[in-house]
Amino acid sequence: MKFINYLESITDVSIYPLTSLFIFVIFFAGVLYRVLREDKASIEEQKNIPFDL
Amino acid sequence: MNTETFYYDNKIVKQFAIATATWGLVGMLVGLTIALQMVWPFLNFNIPETTFGRLRPLHTNAIIFAFVGNGIFMGVYYSLQRLTKARMFSDLLSKIHFWGWQLIIVLAALSLVMGYTTGKEYAELEWPLDILITLIWVIFGVNMFGTLIKRRERHLYVAIWFFIGTWVTVAMLHIVNSIELPVSLTKSYSYYAGVQDALVQWWYGHNAVAFFLTTPYLGLMYYFIPKAANRPIYSYRLSIIHFWALIFIYIWAGPHHLLYTSLPDWAQSMGTVFSIMLLAPSWGGMINGLLTLRGAWDRVRESAVLKFMVVAITAYGMATFEGPMLSLKNVNAISHFTDWTIAHVHVGALGWNGFLTFGVLYWIIPRMWQTDLYSNKWANWHFWIGTLGILLYAIPMYWAGWMQSSMWNEFTPEGQLQYQFLETVQTMRPFYMARSLGGLLYLIGATIMVVNLVKTAKQGVFLAQEKAEAALLEKVRITGNEHWHRVIERRPLQMLVFALVLVAIGGVIEMIPTFLVKENIPTIAAVKPYTPLELEGRDIYIREGCYTCHSQMIRPFRSETARYGDYSKAGEFVYDHPFQWGSKRTGPDLAREGTGSLKRMDSWHYNHMMDPASISTGSIMPRYPWLFEDKIDFEEITNKMEAMQTLGVPYTDADIAAGADSARRQAQQITKGLMLEFKQNQLLTSDEGLQPDHEILALIAYLQRLGRDAAPVQQ
Repeated sequence: MKFINYLESITDVSIYPLTSLFIFVIFFAGVLYRVLREDKASIEEQKNIPFDL
Repeated sequence: MNTETFYYDNKIVKQFAIATATWGLVGMLVGLTIALQMVWPFLNFNIPETTFGRLRPLHTNAIIFAFVGNGIFMGVYYSLQRLTKARMFSDLLSKIHFWGWQLIIVLAALSLVMGYTTGKEYAELEWPLDILITLIWVIFGVNMFGTLIKRRERHLYVAIWFFIGTWVTVAMLHIVNSIELPVSLTKSYSYYAGVQDALVQWWYGHNAVAFFLTTPYLGLMYYFIPKAANRPIYSYRLSIIHFWALIFIYIWAGPHHLLYTSLPDWAQSMGTVFSIMLLAPSWGGMINGLLTLRGAWDRVRESAVLKFMVVAITAYGMATFEGPMLSLKNVNAISHFTDWTIAHVHVGALGWNGFLTFGVLYWIIPRMWQTDLYSNKWANWHFWIGTLGILLYAIPMYWAGWMQSSMWNEFTPEGQLQYQFLETVQTMRPFYMARSLGGLLYLIGATIMVVNLVKTAKQGVFLAQEKAEAALLEKVRITGNEHWHRVIERRPLQMLVFALVLVAIGGVIEMIPTFLVKENIPTIAAVKPYTPLELEGRDIYIREGCYTCHSQMIRPFRSETARYGDYSKAGEFVYDHPFQWGSKRTGPDLAREGTGSLKRMDSWHYNHMMDPASISTGSIMPRYPWLFEDKIDFEEITNKMEAMQTLGVPYTDADIAAGADSARRQAQQITKGLMLEFKQNQLLTSDEGLQPDHEILALIAYLQRLGRDAAPVQQ
């Protein structure tokens, strides 16, 4: 591959893991919040789909 | 209510079930063969098609893509129709999918034993097959999404999310990792080189485990465990979290396959952190599966199906606990390149994939044939023989891995390495024997199952079209303040896009800096492209699957630098399309084989490739007699150099024009040198057969080149 090095250094490398962690935490919190708020009847209904022939 | 009558297509499920069982036996048999070859090397039979380096990729590909692949399709085609209350979108697409996939498997098997390989683990198939896989995968996708669109059940059950996540991620992984430049119909070079190639490959390799061996099987778990136990999944909320957290985190974990290598440190650390985080969703899923059986454990005692499923989930739990542990740098320093990894993957493959597949087969075959299982007793026998097989396989391999590492790292009080590499190989022999026995038991168990299922089918009547009724789905208007997740889970295409964005984030953040930031791949001025003959030799090295037993990556440990020389630097691999770091050291590392105290005479290599055990007593390496007969295609080397030039290797046009002649000259020089060495040292009984166009000369040229450019470099 004829790759071109666009950037000369990676001094602020910590930005990558930090960004990743940030994206994950936000996303996970979102999923958790919605899942916990989901009403029980709907959860029960979805849970039983495999038995609803 | 307006109900409709329709029919589930059981025929396609039956076809995939037969393929699963058949390829399963084939894949296991090849596995047993290569296990025995490591004990008795004569079983390589001195012919290329049956030699370890070609059969090992055949085994891994057969198990992953033929056995588990067909297992996935069998489970998806059965469960998806029932979860959506709809027949598959198109019978024609189902048929093309089935026959197309079997065609790929047959062509893959033939091409691998013929030596057509890209040299990238679990992605060995050459470019025409890569294209065929893409086409068939798209057909599967269209068939799946078509079914989802015409479904009669509003909600998409969680198993379907796993199927969607699997489909989109496997498509992405396969395409990105398979970007290669064809040289001919049967040969291509990876677009990426060295460190970049390694990162892309293990991003793919790890996620092949994640999204081919895990997520689709989790989908099957979420459908078949509740069905077999006759009770809903323990926590549906947990399954939602399990899905999103798992697919998000999994994609980042690839670099844990490259710890202590030349991959930039920050990327290694990121792989480790995400691997540790992975423990949470993996165990969330495992616990969800096991707790589904709460209050039904008495049924496990009676039902072979549930027994298989319980052990499958337990094996999943063990493998996903071990995985994060192996991602810790201090543990990985011990386990990497040893048989520990082999033990780890087989707990997953034999326990999780194998046993879940068996459980599903035992469950669906009697149903589709409208009868009872022919023999529960045989199924229980299968269960116990299989379980014993897993134990007999895994325990010796864990032990072997630990011993290998300890022996490699042992120093005498005087500070010398305690053991020659060959001594560590010989110590492994009893462990390899025990492992073969474990594999044999597992195969016997699977054979009993196949007989049992065939007898079951014979005593029943196959129901090709299963009648069902369901109400039509009415259109609903989505109001503004509705739950976003509920909206997504009703719309498969949006879910696909959302899942794709999630899995793409991980790859993008890890790869782009490695590709773009100069500091990540420090170049070494002394490192030059291979000579034309060395390039040809490298292709022979790849063709014979040398990477399945030899690494080319010296980690920065005292025990490794003492044995193999200075540790490997990223800049040494910039012309390596593909990289050949390997993942297992059944034989020693070869990164600096052409330098320092490791350098040997050409005649040593010549005789060693002819008969390794005659040079290194007790060696388990196969013989390669065909390299002394088959001739180098000198004209083809020019095409290969042109391809390399396109990929950025600095060959000039003049280099390429003179490529064939240059290769011939170098081959003649090596031949002359060999003749001289034979005469001086009388190392060869007869040199009559030696011709200056035999493939062995190219391989010797390559082996003698290894590590030479960077030899004077000191960090």
